[in-house]
Amino acid sequence: MTSGVAAPRRGLVAGTAQVLRDSGIITWRNAVNIRRLPDALLSATIQPIMFVLLFAYVFGGSLGGGDYREWLIGGIFAQTVAFNVFFTTMGLANDLQKGIIDRFRALPMSRLAVILGRTTSDLGVSAVTLVVMSVTGLIVGWRIRGSVFDAALAFALLLLFSFAMSWIGALVGLLARNVEVAQSAGLIWLFPFTFISSAFVPIGNMPGPLRVVAEWNPVSAVAQASRDLFGNAAPPAFPPPGAWPGDHPVIYGALCCVAIIAVFMPLTVARYRRVASR
Amino acid sequence: MPATAVEAEGLVKTFGSTRALDGVDLLIPDGTVLGLLGPNGAGKTTCVRILSTLLRPDSGRATVAGVDVLADPDGVRRRIGLSGQFAAVDENLTGFENLYMVARLYGMSRASSRSRARQLLSRFRLEEAAERPAKGYSGGMRRRLDLAGALVAEPPVVVLDEPTTGLDPRGRLDTWEVIGELVTDGASVLLTTQYLEEADRLADTIAVLDRGGVIARGSSDELKAKVGGERLELVIEDPIHLPDAMRVLAGIGSGEPSLDEQAQRVGVLVDGGAKSLVEALRRLDLESVMVVDVRLHRPTLDDVFLALTGHAAEIPAVQSSEGAGE
Repeated sequence: MTSGVAAPRRGLVAGTAQVLRDSGIITWRNAVNIRRLPDALLSATIQPIMFVLLFAYVFGGSLGGGDYREWLIGGIFAQTVAFNVFFTTMGLANDLQKGIIDRFRALPMSRLAVILGRTTSDLGVSAVTLVVMSVTGLIVGWRIRGSVFDAALAFALLLLFSFAMSWIGALVGLLARNVEVAQSAGLIWLFPFTFISSAFVPIGNMPGPLRVVAEWNPVSAVAQASRDLFGNAAPPAFPPPGAWPGDHPVIYGALCCVAIIAVFMPLTVARYRRVASR
Repeated sequence: MPATAVEAEGLVKTFGSTRALDGVDLLIPDGTVLGLLGPNGAGKTTCVRILSTLLRPDSGRATVAGVDVLADPDGVRRRIGLSGQFAAVDENLTGFENLYMVARLYGMSRASSRSRARQLLSRFRLEEAAERPAKGYSGGMRRRLDLAGALVAEPPVVVLDEPTTGLDPRGRLDTWEVIGELVTDGASVLLTTQYLEEADRLADTIAVLDRGGVIARGSSDELKAKVGGERLELVIEDPIHLPDAMRVLAGIGSGEPSLDEQAQRVGVLVDGGAKSLVEALRRLDLESVMVVDVRLHRPTLDDVFLALTGHAAEIPAVQSSEGAGE
């Protein structure tokens, strides 16, 4: 009676194959959704453009002019991909509210795939956003001054950070009682998280405790790593980043990403297993 | 094929201090339809969610198509089709894309997913809307699409949670027709509903659920026999005559007459249909009791509940409040 339905698959290799296959289908479904409803993608790209222009020209004049603008772009890159977490939160909260998650949970598909498909499609959104950001950066005077390899490494780290942040967003989305809660819970912590960092201003001028938080904030590491890899120097007046993460931003940033994924992936999947429909 | 489509024993589920299910037993022989009848909050949706592996019971066991829901939930998911109370379609995908996606997630190849989706779209008369996003569909069309999604893998067991709640009469008839075809094709069906008429029409056996427990089960004829034939209701002109009317009805009806003093209404279950009606009016006329309104109707869910439990079904005015509460 079950014509065409695949037999149960067992074992690690077959299991992994099913996770990837099912995730691919969910990614396709999310991509179709984004294409039909481009508002989300539009706001995902307009906000960072606005940030570039505001910081570059409102604050930039007092902070170092052209030098600041070039230095700023790495920070805005890091902030933008961190905000990717919000799209994951909203995407899953919406799916829950509309009952789609129940449909998926009643299917013989991989438990992980619904989330992995979502974080993967949001990674695609991030990639598009990064392209738009890079063009905006080029217009305001940002340049890639390092090697092609280093630049590729910088973009790879930014995308890895985006993907890692997405898993935090997935957990928030599955924990929120409804879309409205997800909207505020998904956004509120992102402002201190991205602002208490070296994304917009140098850490050295912050008061003591804030400085420590900023020094170890992964956003600072990813921002600093981008600047180092793209070869964008700080304005002469800025104090150096300092602390171990500031001196090794690429390694520290990558380690943070791996740690975030290692912690939040199992938490999110555990939450998905028991999530109730709304 | 196992001989029983669904077998559940002693299902218990509590949410906080609410005992949603309090020891429910269900049995659906292969190829038959079980109607799970009950008001909002009776535990219907909780039953459905446990049998479709969306929820784990606190205690009790259940098998679907011979597969244990706790030991092998994935095995159950391969053998069950679920269509929920709120049509779970992706409104930004087209009808075709929705069904294609479900088929792919069942593990079908691209080619067979495409042909299965086309096949279902034509069966559910959605061919013309196939390439339009489901957002623009009517309520009835969404339900049909959701139902089609449940049938993608030709599951031997289909679970339909209030498939016609919120549909207009046309949509309801459409859905009934589809469920009828499903059974003709050999599927076993668990159907939850608030409407006695629906259970009457579709179900081979009916289980009446109230406050987390099955309070009656049997064929619809058996249940109706418990309730009595029809319900006779009279509105009396002068409240002084209400006791007389009660006495007359007690002599005619098959149960205790009921009294609504405010509406000056008396009612009773009768076996004789129109004959009982004529007899009641004749006797009231002899006693010079003036009757201003007369109604004779088939037993409703309320009557079933009144007869079985002594309390009304308490169906809230807002139909869509179920789901979150159950």
